[in-house]
This record gives sequence, structure tokens and C-alpha cells, in this order.
Amino acid sequence: MTSAIAADGVRKRYGDIQAVDGVSLTVETGEFYGVLGPNGAGKTTTLEILEGVREPDEGSIELFGLSPWPRNSKLLPRIGVQFQASAFFDQLTTRETIRLFASFYRVGVRRAEAMLERVGLTDLAGVHADKLSGGQAQRLSIACALVHDPELVFLDEPTAGLDPQARRNLWDLLRDINAEGRTVVLTTHYLDEAEILCDRVSVMDHGKILKTGAPATLVRELDDKVRVSVESGLVTAPAMCELLAEVGAGSVAVEDDGVSLTVATNTPAPVLSVLAEQGALRGLEVRGATLEDVFLQLTGREYRA
Amino acid sequence: MSIEHTDQSTATAGASPQEDESPRPGTAPQSGKPGPGKTESGEAGSGKAESGKTGPGKEGPGRAETKAGSEKGGKGSDRRIGAERLSAFRELSRAMILISVRDKATVFFLVVFPVMFLLLFGTLFKDGATAHAKVAQVGAVQLLDSVHGADRAQLDKVLSITRTRDEAEALRKVRKGDLDALIEQGKGNTLVLRFSGSDQVKSASVKGIFNSLLQQANLAATGKPATYTLKSSRIEDQSLKPIQFLTPGLLGWAIATGAVFSSSLTLVTMRRKRVLRRLRMAPISAGSVVASRIGVTMIIALVQTVLFISVASTPYFGLELTGNWWLIVPLVICATIAFMSIGLLTGSLAKTEEAANGFSQLIVLPMSFLSGSFFSLDDAPGWLKAVSQAMPLRYLVTGSESVLTRGGGILDVLPTMGGMLLFAAVLATISWRFFSWDDA
Repeated sequence: MTSAIAADGVRKRYGDIQAVDGVSLTVETGEFYGVLGPNGAGKTTTLEILEGVREPDEGSIELFGLSPWPRNSKLLPRIGVQFQASAFFDQLTTRETIRLFASFYRVGVRRAEAMLERVGLTDLAGVHADKLSGGQAQRLSIACALVHDPELVFLDEPTAGLDPQARRNLWDLLRDINAEGRTVVLTTHYLDEAEILCDRVSVMDHGKILKTGAPATLVRELDDKVRVSVESGLVTAPAMCELLAEVGAGSVAVEDDGVSLTVATNTPAPVLSVLAEQGALRGLEVRGATLEDVFLQLTGREYRA
Repeated sequence: MSIEHTDQSTATAGASPQEDESPRPGTAPQSGKPGPGKTESGEAGSGKAESGKTGPGKEGPGRAETKAGSEKGGKGSDRRIGAERLSAFRELSRAMILISVRDKATVFFLVVFPVMFLLLFGTLFKDGATAHAKVAQVGAVQLLDSVHGADRAQLDKVLSITRTRDEAEALRKVRKGDLDALIEQGKGNTLVLRFSGSDQVKSASVKGIFNSLLQQANLAATGKPATYTLKSSRIEDQSLKPIQFLTPGLLGWAIATGAVFSSSLTLVTMRRKRVLRRLRMAPISAGSVVASRIGVTMIIALVQTVLFISVASTPYFGLELTGNWWLIVPLVICATIAFMSIGLLTGSLAKTEEAANGFSQLIVLPMSFLSGSFFSLDDAPGWLKAVSQAMPLRYLVTGSESVLTRGGGILDVLPTMGGMLLFAAVLATISWRFFSWDDA
């Protein structure tokens, strides 16, 4: 079976800026794929080239074995796109907008209404598009991208600027559409989002893919220390060091900031058993590395555009 | 509304649980996810498994079914595509109309503003081109006082005579320009007329009027019938009223402004707001987008036409239409296409609405002034006339004047319409070089 997306050596330059610098990636059918990166990393341009909005300077792209550029009308009904800025006519209402998009794809009114219901905009059907809040506009935009039942959905920072409730509701929606068998590609700079939603992620910076893999695999490969912390005052830091040395827990760093006692270690098991023996488990918290740590390690900490 | 596709019924049919066994392996959720690393993704994995469980019952099979349905479509699909395209076109046109109608500024500038102009100019020039001279009569003037009845009414049409006793004051007013002349009885049977030379047309007509009054009085005094009489009449009695040329002129200006600005601004706004790009990503032809836009602009232009002719035809303004006035419809349609091509050019060149506005103004303003909409170009220098002849508005104005008020026929406007379409084709070709679907 052909992959949903197969891109090879894609490059795009704008003047002096090499926006995309040799991106190759494969997305399998049914996969939930995330493209991560700081601002200006080339995520959006990459997505636009994959969608067929832009022509790459170099490289080849195939969606379901077909080239998206030049505009391929055989492919268009099979893909759904959502842009960063909501592309609506301000003077049309929510309902008119979804019906307009439905008509482009020869989809009926009932399906359009169902889509509106699904993104929870039925109550706002009569509101003009320019009066929608950021989250509502985002949901309408996604409804328009999904109205024709596409096999492959591209979402460019769908949760940017949303409040936590709207973000979680949108996650549910995205998980559902992926569970229905649709391939979903999204860009984001929220790492928790990528970690929760995506089967695989690619971390991008300066137009290049730095690393690709399942979020959990990337985190594990980082081999970062696990931080175990309990309430301060249950056991002192020097005592803890001694106890850990006795059981041979390897290299550890113990720190007490007066609020909590934190042990950073590569082998959390002996640390936990020592704490349990001491009856010092109150306020226990175990924090492993997250995708964020992977991200920061790969892309550095300096400010971006 | 759009024609319903076969999907609709299946979307709900899919909800029945016995159809859970989907025949399509790739898209069916229970076939498991082919993506690598799926089981490793910790929290994400469990979240997905959950939604995976609820997914199939609700939507999954429905979707699979849909696909099978549309693939089976086969032969019938051609016909359906035709019908559906019509519907996409219709929805687009409907959207374009709603956009225009709901934008209050657009409605004002396309409809209210031009009609206000017509009302204003129509009222200002209602009494026609006759120079109405104001004359002060100082003291008793036998010649004037003896004019009564119908003759007096005739005289009042061309002169407004005020009586005064204060000669110095009247003289001062003439000097200032508040009055055109003053008349008083001189010694014996002489009449003294003192006039201001500032308006040569008026002073000449005042002199002429009093001269003829005098001659008539002299003739009457001899008691003989007149040997010669002059009968004068104007040839184009239709254009006697200014409304007959104001209507085509202002109508042309209104249509030109409306079509150029609306197409230019719509194009830029749609590009800037990414609507153009979004439309490009939908399986509809560029032709249907363009056609819907042209259609709507034509409708607006025809609404303007109907409104203008209706207002001008009211008894107050008294526009009289000549035989082939309906030819205004094809004429306006061709002109709209020509003006839209100007909008296409400015909208393709401009990146922002402000720039589009500026570029359009740069063309529309000179075009309006040089079209004969507001004043005649008969005395203009040759090069200005040449510029005016290169712009479509002049042809719309003369063409509509011809069919609306001068009894012109199809042969009078056919070359005009052809020229307008040619103009549009040339400009569209040039625009295409600068056109882009997207901001760079």
C-alpha cells in the first residue's frame, strides 16, 4: 500500500532564507503525525508544500502516490486543509460558510449541518465569521477541512491561542477523526499536545528535520534523569545520600530547597525503595523527561522569531 | 441549496452496530494502526485506544461505506458532477451577493452615493441652461411696467426683476455681482441699462432682451404689423433637459466606480485573508469563482441602472427614454466586464487594500473626469481627448446616451460593446502576468 505522504529532499528558498532545507518524510495511512519546531523553523512552509499550496524548489512529494503540485484536482477531494489564519468571508455566517465549503465538495446540507454539530458550533450557526472567537473560528476552520470526509487532513497549529478547555475539546475531536482511520498531519509548538496526540513526531529547526520518532521513544533516547521528589523535612539531604550510597544506587544528585527534597537519578527504583523504607513518601512526585526536554535539547534555548 | 449526494443516507446508516465489520482494511479503525511506534507512545496510546473503541460505532463504517458508494458511482457521476458544479457555482454566487449586500459601506458607495449625486446634479441643473439674469428696476420704468399678462410671464422666465428706489444701493450690488444689471428711466423716452461685464453670457442676454423689448415697443408705437418675424426652435429638443445627459453620465460613472473598486478590493481581501488559497485547495474551477464574481458585479451594475433610470424618470426630473433604451442592458454588461478587468489589474498589482484603493483611484478618477460624465470634452486639448478615448467609461457614457435619450439603435452600440470586450481581454491578459493566488 502506498504511504499517505512520501516526501523526499524537499527544499524551498525565499530570498536569502532557506525556509525548507532538504526535508524527507513518510507518513503512513492512518497515522497521526506531528511536525514540531520553534517559530520560523519552516513547519508551515513544509506543510504548505505537502498540501500543494506551494511549489518546492527541489524534491518530490507524493500524496497517495500522486503529486500535489501543480494543483491536482484528483487529489483535492481526498485531502482537507486548515490554515493558520482562518480563511473565511467575514460577512458570511457560520452556517453559510460550512454550506459554501460543502458545496465545493458536492456534499449535501445534512452533512454540513452534522459537521457543525460535531465541532459544537450549531448554536453559533447564525453568527458572522468575523464575530467568532479564536477557538470558534478554529473549530469552523477544522469543520470546513473535514466536511468532505477527507482521507488526509493537514492542520497548521490548530490549537494556537486557544484556552485550555477549547484545546482539550479540540484534542478529542482530532483523536476522533484519527480513530476513524483518517491520516492527520499537524504542526504545533505545544509539546504536550504532540506527546498526547501524535503517533510520531518530527522535530524541525532551520528548515531541517532534526529527529523523527514516537514521542516516548524520543524521550527515552534522551536518557535524561528522572526526578523523584517528596516533601521537605521527612528525611535530610545528607542522610538520603548516605542511604542511597549504601544500596549502591549509582550517581545521584540530592537537593533540598526547603519545600521539597528532590533526587535526580537514572535509576529511580532504588531511590523509591529507600524512600519507602524511611516512610518518607508524603507528596511523592516522579517526573521523567518530556518531549519538551527533547525539543529544547535539539533546538536550543535561544529566542526565535 | 446544493444537491444532496449519496453520502447523506450512509452517514446515518453507518450508525447501526451490525455494520461494524468494515470491508476496507486501510481506513477501518479496527484494523489497527499501521504507524510505527504506536504501542510505545504511552499516554497517547491509551487515549487513542479509548477513542478507537467509540469511533467505529459512530462514524468509522459510515465513512467506509461512503467511499464505496462514491466509487461505485461510475457512469452516473459525470452527470452528477455537472449538476453539482452548478450548485457550487450557485452557492459561490449567493455568497458573493451576501458579502456585497451585508457590507454597508459597499451598499452606500455602490447605490446610495451615486443616486445622491443624481439627485443633487439633477436638481441643480433642473432649470436648464438658460441664463437667468437678475435685474434691478430703479423707480418707474414705463416700458417694463406696461408689460402684462402672457408677455409678462414670458419676461419673468428669463429675467427676475426687483424693484427698488435706491439707485446707489442697486449700483453697488451690480458692481459686487449680486445683480446682473439695473435699469432706470432716463430723460425723455430713453432707457438706461447698466450691467456688469463679469458674466459675458448674461450681460449679452440682458442687453438682447431689453433691445428686443425696445424694438417691439417701437414697432407697436408705429401701429404697423412687423415685416419680418423670426421663428426659432432647437433641433435636439430631447436633450433640452439636462437630465437627459446627466443620467447616462452619472450612471456610467457609478457603474465604473462600483465595478473597478469592488473587484479590485475583493480580489485583494480574498488573497490577503487566504480565502483565495482556500478556494484553490477546493476541487472547484477557477472559472466558477471568476464567473460568480462577474455575475454578481453585473447584477449590481444592472440594479444601479434600473435605480438610475427609475429615479430620473420620475416626473420631478422627467427623463424621457427613446425607443431602443433596453440596449442599455447588454451595454452595461459589456462595460462591467471592461471595468472589472481594470479592477483585476489593480487588484493583481496591489498587495494591500490601501494600495488597491490607490491604484484604482489612479485610473478611475481621470477616467471619470475625461469621460464626459461631468462636463463636455469638446474644448479639451487633443491629447486629453486621446486619453479619454483609451478608457472604456467614455464609450459607456456616449453609448448609453445614444440608446437612452438619442434614439440610437443596435448598430450604434455594437462596435462599442465589441471594443469594451476587447479592452477587457487585453487587460485580463496583462493582469495575468501579475496575478497571484497567494501572498508570496
